[in-house]
Order: sequence, then C-alpha cells, then structure tokens
Amino acid sequence: MNHLEALPTWAALLTAFFLVLGAGLTLIGAIGILRFRSFFERVHAPTLGTSWGTGAILLASTICFSALGSRLIVHEILIGFFITVTTPVTLMLLARAAIYRKRTEGKGEVPPRSLLRLPDRPASTSTPPTV
Amino acid sequence: MSRLLPYPILTALLLMMWLLLTSFSAGQFLLGGAVAVGASRAMAALQPSRPRLRRWQLLPKLLGIVTYDILQSNIAVASIILKGSRRKRAPGFVAIPLDLRDKTGLAVLACIVTSTPGTAWVEFAPDTGVLLIHVLDLVDEAEWVSLIKHRYEGLLMEIFE
Amino acid sequence: MTAAILLWAVAAAQTMLAAAMGCSAYRLIRGPRAQDRVLCLDAMYVSAMLLVLTVGIRTGSSIYFEAALIISVLGFVSSIALAKFLMRGEVIE
Repeated sequence: MNHLEALPTWAALLTAFFLVLGAGLTLIGAIGILRFRSFFERVHAPTLGTSWGTGAILLASTICFSALGSRLIVHEILIGFFITVTTPVTLMLLARAAIYRKRTEGKGEVPPRSLLRLPDRPASTSTPPTV
Repeated sequence: MSRLLPYPILTALLLMMWLLLTSFSAGQFLLGGAVAVGASRAMAALQPSRPRLRRWQLLPKLLGIVTYDILQSNIAVASIILKGSRRKRAPGFVAIPLDLRDKTGLAVLACIVTSTPGTAWVEFAPDTGVLLIHVLDLVDEAEWVSLIKHRYEGLLMEIFE
Repeated sequence: MTAAILLWAVAAAQTMLAAAMGCSAYRLIRGPRAQDRVLCLDAMYVSAMLLVLTVGIRTGSSIYFEAALIISVLGFVSSIALAKFLMRGEVIE
C-alpha cells in the first residue's frame, strides 16, 4: 500500500510501541492539566508531554525512517532540541508571571519575597532582580 | 579572526543547520555562510557573557543523569495523575541556597529543574543565591535540597566554574 | 501484518493526542486565571505538533516535519509573548 509495508517487523513493533508510549504520556499530562487544582500544580503536567512524550514520538519516527533509509533524520533532532530548550523558558516565565500576579493580589498562597533573602542579610529595597 | 567571527562554533552550527534543512550545494553553502556570519555578529552585538566550559568531559555524565531522572520522574508524575485524589499529596515551595553563580550553569540548572516533571523553577535571587522551586509531591524538604545541591549543582560547578 | 499493527498504533496515538488537545482546550475555556489559559495554549501547541508528527510518520512525507518545526517555534514565541504580557501588566502598577 505505501512505505509502511516495506518496514521490517522489529522496526514496525518498536515504532508502534514508542508512538503509543509518547502519545499516552502526552495524554496523561493533559489529564493532569485538567485534574490538578492550583496553577503551580498544573505547571508540572505539560512537561510529561514535552520531555518523554515528544522524545518517544521523535524516537519512533527516527526508527521508522532510519529502517526505511528514505531520508535524513535532521528534523527530529532539530525538533527535539527546540522543545527541550524552549519549554523550560516558557514554563519559567509563566511561573514568574503567576507569582507576581498572586503577590500583587496579596492572597498569601505563594511564599513572600523575603523567603529569598538569607536571614543574616538586610532586605534591600531595590527593584526585584530578574533571572 | 575574533572580530570577523566572534562565535566560531555558533557560526559552524548555524551553517550546518542551514545545509541540512536545504541541500548540500555550493550556492546553499554561500548563502548559509552569509546568514551564519551575519547572525553570529548580531549575537556579538547583544554582548552576552561568554560561556566557559571548564570540563566538557563531564557533559555526557550530566546528560545521562538527567535523562534517567526525567524518565523516573515521568513515571512518578504519571502515577500521581492517574491515581488522582485517592492519596494525600502535599505540593509546596522549597527554598534552596545555591553556591553556583555562573550564568550558563544556572541556565542549564533551570532547564534541568523545569523539564523534570515534578519540579518547576519559580524564582532565583542573584544577590543572595536563593532559589525557589515548586515541588509536586513534597514529602521531605531536606531531601529535595540535597538532591539539587549534590546531584546537579556539584556537577554543574565542576563543569562551568 | 506489520503494516496493520503500525497503522493501528498511529491511529491510537492520533486519538490520544486529539484527546490531549481536547483536555487542554477544556481547561483553556474553563481556566480560572489568565496564566492557566496561557499554559493550556502551550500544551495544545505541543500536542498539535506531535499530531502533525504522527501524520508525517503515517504518510512518510517530509513536509509534515518541517510544519512541526514551524509549529514548535511559533508556539514558543507566542507563549513567551503572552507570559511577558501577563507580567508587564503587574509590573507597571
């Protein structure tokens, strides 16, 4: 029918396994987004999909196209690199935005800035440092 | 050399990416080379602090540790999500005093902590070196502090400082 | 036989990824705060990119992988812009 017919059995089984594993992990992460109660718990859920969820699906496609020998696996490496570098940056910025918003509201669900000061140092009044 | 090509490794990587995404030919080589040189000089205009790698031999060890930890915490977080609210969980913030000051090292640590499911980097105070992370399943606070300090920070300080 | 197994696996993976997008979309609509919505948008971007990748494996065409690359880059930029927007609103006050 198409190129998948030409795949050897071991490669097909491995590809199928990693595909289902990656998609399953991503789905579990999305369920986590749905079920967790607070924002800071929800921040943990998408990393399931972006770490081994993406990794497993990229591995599946690497195995598939290496076994077929039809094309270079450049895109998989590039996508994997982009996702591993960009996701932490997004999540960090979001967590910082969330903590700023909660602090300005003053609901007291998040630790105050004074927690970041060592006890023997006087708290400075300068602008909050950025990472 | 250093004024024409401020970041030789970055330039080479950009050129390689260009060639891999298009095709290997003389024309693409020239075009990609021009783009890579321009981009690396633009990077120099931003004046980032130059990352220094003291002991790059330890990088594979770090990569192995991180891959294994991410795999393990994937399983842990997946089981937490699937079990739902049947088990009592205590998410919470942990403040960790760090000794690592190198900017590249801190950036790598931030990527490791955030991309591991179960821990998220929230805030870092450069003046005191205190890091605030959020942990999904906080059982023992001292255990997390020693995990970050001994498992990652020591290795990163050896590599970058 | 092997092709049949693989086709079933691809179909199952696509169903699961679509369900993941559905979960994120539900939270995107419900999400109590703006930061929850941005987080869900980011998760949806990643699921959509993985969905495009599975289509690429199914058809064997390399155009889908380039599309996935573009989706991941654009998703990153949009999430960063939104997160920065959320912070700016508070910093100015």
